[in-house]
Amino acid sequence: MDFLFYMGDVFTPINFGLLLLGTIGGLILGATPGLSPTMAVALLIPFTFQLEPQQGLILLGAAYTSTVAGGAVSAILLKIPGAPANIATTLDGHTMATKGEGAKALQLSFIASAIGGLFGVFLLIFLTPVLAQWALAFGPSHLFWLAILGVTVIGTLDSSSVVKGLLSGCIGLWLATIGFDDIMGAQRFIFHPAVSGGINVIPALIGLFAIPQVITMFTKGRSSDDAEIINVKKHPIRFAFAEVFKRKMALTIGTITGSIIGLIPGVGGQIAGLVAYDQSKKFSKESEKFGTGHSEGVIAAESANNAMVGPSLVPLLTLSIPGSPTAAVLLGGLLIHGIFPGPDLFMNYPQVAWTFIDSMLIGQLLMCIFGLYIAGLAASVARVPHAVMAAIVLGLAVFGSYSVQNSMGDVYVMATLGLAMYFLERFGFSAAPLVLGLILGPIAEANFIQGSMIANATVGTGTYFFTGWLNWLLILIVLASISYSVWMEIMARRYTTKDDAVAKEEALP
Amino acid sequence: MTDLPRNQHIIASGLIACVGVSIAYISFTQEPADAFIFPRLISSVFAVLAIWTFVKAVLGRTKVGNGINGQAMRNMLPGLIVTIIYVYWAAKSLGFYTATTIAFFVLLSLYDPAPHSDIKSWGKRILITAGFMAVMYGLFAQLLNVFTPREIFF
Repeated sequence: MDFLFYMGDVFTPINFGLLLLGTIGGLILGATPGLSPTMAVALLIPFTFQLEPQQGLILLGAAYTSTVAGGAVSAILLKIPGAPANIATTLDGHTMATKGEGAKALQLSFIASAIGGLFGVFLLIFLTPVLAQWALAFGPSHLFWLAILGVTVIGTLDSSSVVKGLLSGCIGLWLATIGFDDIMGAQRFIFHPAVSGGINVIPALIGLFAIPQVITMFTKGRSSDDAEIINVKKHPIRFAFAEVFKRKMALTIGTITGSIIGLIPGVGGQIAGLVAYDQSKKFSKESEKFGTGHSEGVIAAESANNAMVGPSLVPLLTLSIPGSPTAAVLLGGLLIHGIFPGPDLFMNYPQVAWTFIDSMLIGQLLMCIFGLYIAGLAASVARVPHAVMAAIVLGLAVFGSYSVQNSMGDVYVMATLGLAMYFLERFGFSAAPLVLGLILGPIAEANFIQGSMIANATVGTGTYFFTGWLNWLLILIVLASISYSVWMEIMARRYTTKDDAVAKEEALP
Repeated sequence: MTDLPRNQHIIASGLIACVGVSIAYISFTQEPADAFIFPRLISSVFAVLAIWTFVKAVLGRTKVGNGINGQAMRNMLPGLIVTIIYVYWAAKSLGFYTATTIAFFVLLSLYDPAPHSDIKSWGKRILITAGFMAVMYGLFAQLLNVFTPREIFF
């Protein structure tokens, strides 16, 4: 019950103020189409430099939680999902809004998000210390395989092409080797003075997530968003609470599906929402009403996409393996404060770890309360023209990456990686595995070298890295994730026409 | 897939394959060899996957990635040019605040859907730019104490 011991720290004036700021700001950012939770958190990192580690994490955690929920506002009122996680919400949420039930849909979405989110954070609270204890037994070979697992799982599950996903992971792993070698001090791949100290993770993250979005906004030209904000009529909140608890099946399916999907590295909120929606429809007594503005659709989708937030941090806090791109960005936020998550995080920095987790718990409640009140404002912000949004994000990206080390080199790295990522994305590559490779590369290399040294002095490299049940298990999961993705790709091609695939890709932001 | 994306895929995957092979070559030839053990491992997989992707592109078997069409390219080009000039030259030479103000205003003027003939729209753009720069100055110069390169005008 350590989390109760540190609960009071969340309510210090600064911590609570930051929690409020992150929650309200996150709700507004989340409602803005094109500003994904990952990008919002990446742009916020520079603002945490001058804060204490737990304060910085409270801000980032609150932003993460509420951007996912805030995306429902534009999904319901504008039929534009604020984030990929809210795609399933548009199916019934917007239809409800067009029927004059916009307020009800928003209330249901925030209440369901809070319930799902609370369950997810409780899972994080109870699973993390157990897994952290177990992870203490990990040696260099296991940590090496875990890092490889992180890259391959995201590379294969998060990409539409297994080969391109793995290739993105390799590019990230290679980028991580640029700079001076830690052991020999030798220069590696230093082709420009800007990268002589290696590639700093924060500017890289800002560039990889923000710049492709900026260019995507440029490609829309001088077009304006024709989406109309639907007026919201008043709806008593007590009826929304009664409705959510009346639809127990949808709430339970959404919450459990989201939590399980959150625990699997690489499988994001978008999938959680869609799977929960689909399962709720299958088990519902009113399945024919789904898609026509049925409250169960909103409850299932929103409870799922917020329930996955807490569990998605379990691999990060226990094994230092980020389970999602946003978790990878949070890892960046931890590293700049000299905190390395992993098995000993709860022993060395219990205050930081537990205050952060507790703040996510309180943040879910704040998100529900404020979400209901600022939905109208958030929807208006969602209509900010692309031109303004692109210019704001570009300015923030330049200032943010410069402020990391007061270095122009970081700005050049940010812009170069961002520009390259935009073009890579147009050819089917994904940023998530590249980021994971960049972040996990040093972990993989350090443990590979350490393991090789132990192996050379003892049993030999082959035996050290390829024997033992835990090594086998990790290798098996790596191979299974690749095989599963290849199989899914073949199946998808067999049953999808080329026109379908093109239409699906064109629909992506 | 039409010829245009196919050609684009061949060029893009060809470039990536060149990078992959170059990295592998450097990893296996540079000294001290001990510093390149891990890069050798990574670059070998990188090169193999990159060549595979290139071969698939040449054979026209690429299944994902729509490339960039002419309209999107025409739309993005002005913004891209402004971004490149802003980031790689103006920010350092003119100073962050001066360069950001100019880049922000130019981007708004290029992409704002409001008609250019409307005087009011220009006033709105100037106001938005001024508001944004005031927020940026407050955040980075006053709150975070970030020392940016010297400004050309002040």
